[in-house]
Amino acid sequence: MTPQRAETLEWLVQRASAAVLALCVIVHLTVIVLAVQGGVTAKEIAGRVGGSVPWLAFYSVFVIAVALHAPAGLRNILREYTSLGRRATHWIMAAVCVLILGLGFRAVVGLYGLGA
Amino acid sequence: MSNDTLTVEIWRGREEGEFQTFQVPRMASQTVLDIVTYVQRNLDPGLSYRFACRVGVCGSCAMTVNGKPRWTCRTHVDKVAGDGTLRIQPLKNLPVIRDLAVDMTEFFQKWTRAQAHFVPTATRGDDFAQVSPDDPRRKEASAGIECINCGVCYSACDTVAWLGDYLGPAALNRAWTLVNDERDGGQAARLKAIAGAGGCQSCHSHQSCFELCPKHLNPTAAIAGLKRATVKAALKGEI
Repeated sequence: MTPQRAETLEWLVQRASAAVLALCVIVHLTVIVLAVQGGVTAKEIAGRVGGSVPWLAFYSVFVIAVALHAPAGLRNILREYTSLGRRATHWIMAAVCVLILGLGFRAVVGLYGLGA
Repeated sequence: MSNDTLTVEIWRGREEGEFQTFQVPRMASQTVLDIVTYVQRNLDPGLSYRFACRVGVCGSCAMTVNGKPRWTCRTHVDKVAGDGTLRIQPLKNLPVIRDLAVDMTEFFQKWTRAQAHFVPTATRGDDFAQVSPDDPRRKEASAGIECINCGVCYSACDTVAWLGDYLGPAALNRAWTLVNDERDGGQAARLKAIAGAGGCQSCHSHQSCFELCPKHLNPTAAIAGLKRATVKAALKGEI
């Protein structure tokens, strides 16, 4: 794959993941507003998402979209505000992507496991 | 300040330098270029600046006026010096040669890098190409074709300031007019040239180019068109 094609497809992925995130954030915030009526407890959260396959799927999509979107934006910021080379920013982007996937799925799987 | 004179601060030097203050007589319908010319001819012949046509055609006389890049020959003092003072600097994002004159080499090199030139496909034996004015691609090209290469958009662009290898609004706008030229034979090479590092995807759509273009062109819209064109080409594996 040429660098030009890779760069363009990365840009497309960043835009597409932003569209997915917009929907995910709306669902996430709506649930928070509806759920937090007079306080929220860990038990209540566990009762809702624990063992729930639909919520597991939703938050998996959420984490994947964040893991694709945020590192690409971070790389652009590093390119514009630092003198780091393209190779360095590429590896930083990859590392942040792996970090978000790791932490995100640890939380998602952990919450799902509460219902087991 | 009195009503019949204007306090003018003009940048003197290169990257390092200082403002020098002049008092210039006010005149009816006076342009910023008139002011600079008055200073050079009557107050300090050592002042360096660039101009040619004086009527908004050549794109030579752009400078930063009270913080914003403008074509000085068509910028009336009345419209930009509301408080009776004028601060004139060289264009931003380009190396200063001296005083108000900048080195445009990098600006034009980026036009070359963007493959922003027509690649003919017809021969002497071919008849003239017939392009309908109503053709959607012709309309896209027409919308951006009147660029005078003044550098105002390049100077106004935040992304150019942040990302040294960014091609900039003018070169990309020109590339978009050619992407829409059905007679052109350089499409694949051009899309490849504007898709990679420092290409159209780097644009943040701040629209300073659109806001300040003296010809009222919209390079941001042209760049958005290039983003769509490069995505299509990337999905098809053409770049």
